[in-house]
Amino acid sequence: MLHIINKSPYDRPALDSALNTGEGAILLIEDGVYAAAKGGAAEAKIKAAQGKFKVYALQADLEARGLADRVTDGVTAVDYGGFVDLVAEYKTNQSWL
Amino acid sequence: MSTTKQFMFVNRKAPYGTIYAWEALEVVLIAAAFEQDVSLAFLDDGVFQLKKGHQTKGIEVKAFEKTWGALEDYDITKLYVDGDSLKERGLTADDLAIPVEVLSRAEIGKLMEEQDVLLSF
Amino acid sequence: MKFAILVNEGPYTHQASDTAYQFTKAVLAKGHEVFRVFFYHDGVNNATRLTTPPQDDRNIVNRWSKLAEEHNLDMVVCVAAAQRRGIVDEGEMKRNGKDATNLAPGFRISGLGQLIEAGIQADRLVVFGD
Repeated sequence: MLHIINKSPYDRPALDSALNTGEGAILLIEDGVYAAAKGGAAEAKIKAAQGKFKVYALQADLEARGLADRVTDGVTAVDYGGFVDLVAEYKTNQSWL
Repeated sequence: MSTTKQFMFVNRKAPYGTIYAWEALEVVLIAAAFEQDVSLAFLDDGVFQLKKGHQTKGIEVKAFEKTWGALEDYDITKLYVDGDSLKERGLTADDLAIPVEVLSRAEIGKLMEEQDVLLSF
Repeated sequence: MKFAILVNEGPYTHQASDTAYQFTKAVLAKGHEVFRVFFYHDGVNNATRLTTPPQDDRNIVNRWSKLAEEHNLDMVVCVAAAQRRGIVDEGEMKRNGKDATNLAPGFRISGLGQLIEAGIQADRLVVFGD
């Protein structure tokens, strides 16, 4: 399943909820991309999740927030077309609003 | 339209503070009216929707509890609640307005994987 | 592949409508079909033609209308959510005794059944909200 997360991990528990519930892929969008930044408390969480999940982050949202040059290793940046491909690839998706 | 799909409604928000829970319930009833295979999952603050004893006169908003009763009339019986979310919030199944199946997060995750459509509000 | 898109937040306050728009464009660019874009909760506010954003800002409502025109998109606004929030077309104006309409071009007001139908007909449904 594709888990779409648009919340900062420092504000709301959407990322934790997704990590604890499923497997498959995590796509960080909007404020969710703060989880993909190196050096924050979320970095360890993302690294630990990489065994169970493929982790993606939306490039436009990373760039908008000044994070494009500090993405945690192993996180793949995708454009909107890549977002579409991920949705197509997984039979189900859940937006953890 | 005779196609039946599995629709799961993933409820993660508390009632009253925002309208999401209420308007989600409206979609649930329509999905049932379309004779889809409907189930509801309650995770995180969504479990607060099920807490019994809502007295909403003071805030002048319609209470949830009566609508839960209607679910059965629509043959909606698959109600899953995350046990950890309940526990974290100091609740047990006895605190809930309707009978539900308490599952682990992983079990709910598996059910989500099996669905055709996940609707989250 | 057939996609359905659900937009649950209005313009400007949340990024949801922007992301949904970019996603919808990308779906079309990839050669997929958009079965329907459904607007629910405050998402119905994306359908008011009365917004006037500053000239140097994006016009979210016009952008949706234009996309609908270019690609013949079916953009449906939930009637119950629209009534609560004052999004009105000709029919709703007459039915509810209002004195104005504000539905933007390319949108139509209909029931929640249209969302369920989208879930049934589409291969994928993606929810954008807060």
